[in-house]
Amino acid sequence: MAYELLAPEILTALLGLLLLATGLMLPEQGKKLVGPLAICGLALILGKVIINFRLEAVLFDGVYQIDMLGNFFKLLFLSAALLVFFMAGRYTEFFGKRKSEWFSFMIFATLGMMVMASCGDLLTLYIGLELMTISFYILSAYLLNDGLSAEAGLKYLIMGALSSAVLLFGISLIYAATGSTVFNETYQVLNAPGHAQAVVVAGIALLIAGFGFKIAVVPFHMWAPDIYQGAPTPVTAHLAVASKAAGFAALLRVFMAALPLGLFNWSLALAVLAALTIVIGNLIALPQNNVKRLLAYSSIAQAGYILVGLAAVNHYGLKGLLFYAMLYVFSNVGAFAVTTLVEVESASTDIKAFNGLGQRAPMLAAVMTVCLLSLAGIPPLAGFAGKFYLFSGAVQAGYLWLAFVGLLMSMISVYYYLNIAKAMYIGACESDTPFIVPLSSRLALWLCLLGTIIIGIYPAPLSQLAEMAIDMFF
Amino acid sequence: MGEYPILTLTVFFPVLGAVLIMFLPREQSKAIKSVAALCTLVSLLLSVLVFGGYDRALAGMQFVESIPWVRDLGVRYALGVDGISIPLLLLTNLIGFSAVYASWQIDDRVKEFFSLLLLLISGVMGTFVATDLFIFFLFYEVVVIPIYLLVIMFGSSKRVTKEYAGMKLTIYLLIGSAFLLVGLIALFIQARGILGFPSMDISTLASLNYPVPFQLFAYSLMAFGFGTLLSMFPFHAWSPDGYAGAPTAVSMIHAGVLKKIGGYGLIRIGLFILPAGARYIAPIIALLAIANVVYAGMICLSQKDLKYIVGYSSVSHMGYVLIGIASLNLISLNGAVMMMFAHGVMAALFFAMIGNLYHKSHTRNVADFGGLAHQMPRLATGFMVAGLASLGLPGTVNFIGEFTIFVGAFKNYQTLTIIAISGIIITAVYILRTLGHVLFGPRRPEWDHLRDLEGVELVPLLVLGGVILLGGILPFTIMDLINSGVAQLLAQIGSVQTGGIF
Repeated sequence: MAYELLAPEILTALLGLLLLATGLMLPEQGKKLVGPLAICGLALILGKVIINFRLEAVLFDGVYQIDMLGNFFKLLFLSAALLVFFMAGRYTEFFGKRKSEWFSFMIFATLGMMVMASCGDLLTLYIGLELMTISFYILSAYLLNDGLSAEAGLKYLIMGALSSAVLLFGISLIYAATGSTVFNETYQVLNAPGHAQAVVVAGIALLIAGFGFKIAVVPFHMWAPDIYQGAPTPVTAHLAVASKAAGFAALLRVFMAALPLGLFNWSLALAVLAALTIVIGNLIALPQNNVKRLLAYSSIAQAGYILVGLAAVNHYGLKGLLFYAMLYVFSNVGAFAVTTLVEVESASTDIKAFNGLGQRAPMLAAVMTVCLLSLAGIPPLAGFAGKFYLFSGAVQAGYLWLAFVGLLMSMISVYYYLNIAKAMYIGACESDTPFIVPLSSRLALWLCLLGTIIIGIYPAPLSQLAEMAIDMFF
Repeated sequence: MGEYPILTLTVFFPVLGAVLIMFLPREQSKAIKSVAALCTLVSLLLSVLVFGGYDRALAGMQFVESIPWVRDLGVRYALGVDGISIPLLLLTNLIGFSAVYASWQIDDRVKEFFSLLLLLISGVMGTFVATDLFIFFLFYEVVVIPIYLLVIMFGSSKRVTKEYAGMKLTIYLLIGSAFLLVGLIALFIQARGILGFPSMDISTLASLNYPVPFQLFAYSLMAFGFGTLLSMFPFHAWSPDGYAGAPTAVSMIHAGVLKKIGGYGLIRIGLFILPAGARYIAPIIALLAIANVVYAGMICLSQKDLKYIVGYSSVSHMGYVLIGIASLNLISLNGAVMMMFAHGVMAALFFAMIGNLYHKSHTRNVADFGGLAHQMPRLATGFMVAGLASLGLPGTVNFIGEFTIFVGAFKNYQTLTIIAISGIIITAVYILRTLGHVLFGPRRPEWDHLRDLEGVELVPLLVLGGVILLGGILPFTIMDLINSGVAQLLAQIGSVQTGGIF
């Protein structure tokens, strides 16, 4: 059997279990090893995914698919997890004795995402999704002494369960209409003439709603700000970046592989949702005073941009989706890395905590500014190239209005991003103590900074990678 | 020289300087300033080399560099210069070099200041030499953020706070560029449909025939985007506040060259790629241009702050450039490009002088001064050269620009041109009144402690003042070059007649 093909998933599962076990068995002293162990393990798995990148296979009668699209997203999740582990650094001290379990849950969440990216069947998708979401329920509530964190965990549990139910209902309707949960088979059944049943439309609508919760698209975004703000910052970073990308990976697979466009114009529905998300996410972000909350609203808006690519359903759009999801890892994790460091230093994520950062820690301020501007889509940073792909796709698909909305709102978003820059560069600095930035965090910051700049200036390699990944749809 | 990528070197030398400065220790402010001066000097010399080495008989794009960059978007890293871009490239470097010296007195956060300033200069240069639309846009927006940071960190709060001024400037320009970007993407997709393969090369895009309604749509988006940058009425409100809040060097670069990217874009991208669109929209632009000239000129009459006077005056003078662009003939376009060059040098000199005076006296109020020529004769010379150039005195390079524009524009818009010429009178009134009040009259003892320009402070005066006079006396050095560029551009799009919707 093709264990070789499933190696990344199997190894990730083993790594998660291993970390859990070491946490139980090792004495207090030895727990320092857990972090490096997790990082080395993930790096190895990342290497394996890169080696396997071009392998393609369909396993278990179409239930599980190994292809470049899946590998692209696995690359993305693993890089995100690695960066988050690097930047978490001193923050993990807050978790006290439960540090090794934290690493283990993070890895299980990543495993769930990997399953979502490779699924070829609605139920496999659901299993991956639940593995990821349940891990995140726990991770969100990981700061036991913090009321906000507990609230975040509970809220996420309730909202997550609700959205899973909605999704499951959608899956069951599709199953009822087609008699199968495997993507290829549903596609064939639905593509046959005369199959436009109301039940399918209802199923698709419920799927959109269910996924909409996971990627926090307006009007299903209400949960995101509270949970992003309450959860431990590294968890928020992983939640905002990787889990969102996983949602998109699944959405992409389901809509492109299982549901023919002719059946019901889901493209227009997604375009409208994308526009709403961009406008509302950005507008609510404007008056925010807490950086974590601001980043939460900003990442709602970012989900809107990414959704534009799927709504376009063409080469540029889909490529833009993958491209943007990848650069989003670097830019957003960079921003969260700085927020984490500031939070460790000043125990606050208020915008005031960033005052004078430009003088206390110029490197942090520079990374934050570059990453935020990349999210805003200012050239020559990565975000601009991504938006160029996404909106070229939208214009090509005939959604000129969407390009207007998206680009205008992204310029307006510069206002709140620059407010953070303003605090960092001219805010009065309260203490002069130099910032302690551990080596691993420094590495994460440099990776995010360089990633954001290099992808922006020379987008060709990433765009080729994305091109290969979406080739299967055309 | 053909082997050296001279344009790349010119553009990226300041970036190199910025990186170097980031690694220099904070205390070494002298070394930081020297690095900045050196890098801008090298860029200036290289651009003079380009200016001298350009083969005018051959014309067309020269010093071309082209490397495939992003295949699926048809983007090439393509640089090249012709008669339109060389004067503006030269202008950027003249002003960039002077701006470094005009900021010599900065002693707080020197590192941030000079590295951002150098990035800004590189960004501006890049827009003038890029021959690929995507690369053009990369450079176009690079400049916005350094400016914001420079304004909030080093600006001054007088009538409006510097935070307000910086944000207003940034958001205005970004909203303008959002419309521009929609236009560019629409153009790219349209061209891809016609060509069958993606391309971002400006001259390839210009060789296609787009349907007229599309041209109208895309050109109006561009006119909006570039017009905002060029402070076209009614999108000019950012300009006076922005200049007043900005530190001297930023005001110099912004009023001097950054605005000119708007005019350059309207010619190089708007007119060149979408001639029919340009033709239909031209009368509207001409009308707005008159509003610029007269309305902003009138506002100038009532200003009391030196920076606001020059700020509104630059809005008013951009009206000349706009009417030159709107007339769409060889002479008027020559004049428009010449005027951009001339106004750039003049405005930069003006802001350098104001900055120097403000640094020493801590006020910019016209009423506070009087008889400064007694204490500061060299500063007064600078003010007079800039002021006389501003009102278009023959013998200065501005006269050449204005005169050519009016000659060209008169063919198409008689009435509008006559109204525009009244702008010269308005300018004369406010400039002469202001300079007379500030510089001449009885000596005022409270300003006896002010020291005249000395040492490095003289550099902006010598460089920019020299160019104003030299260009005025030997206009053909630049005019021939511009003419070769504009003539070729017009030849490629065929004859464009104005007429349009009026």
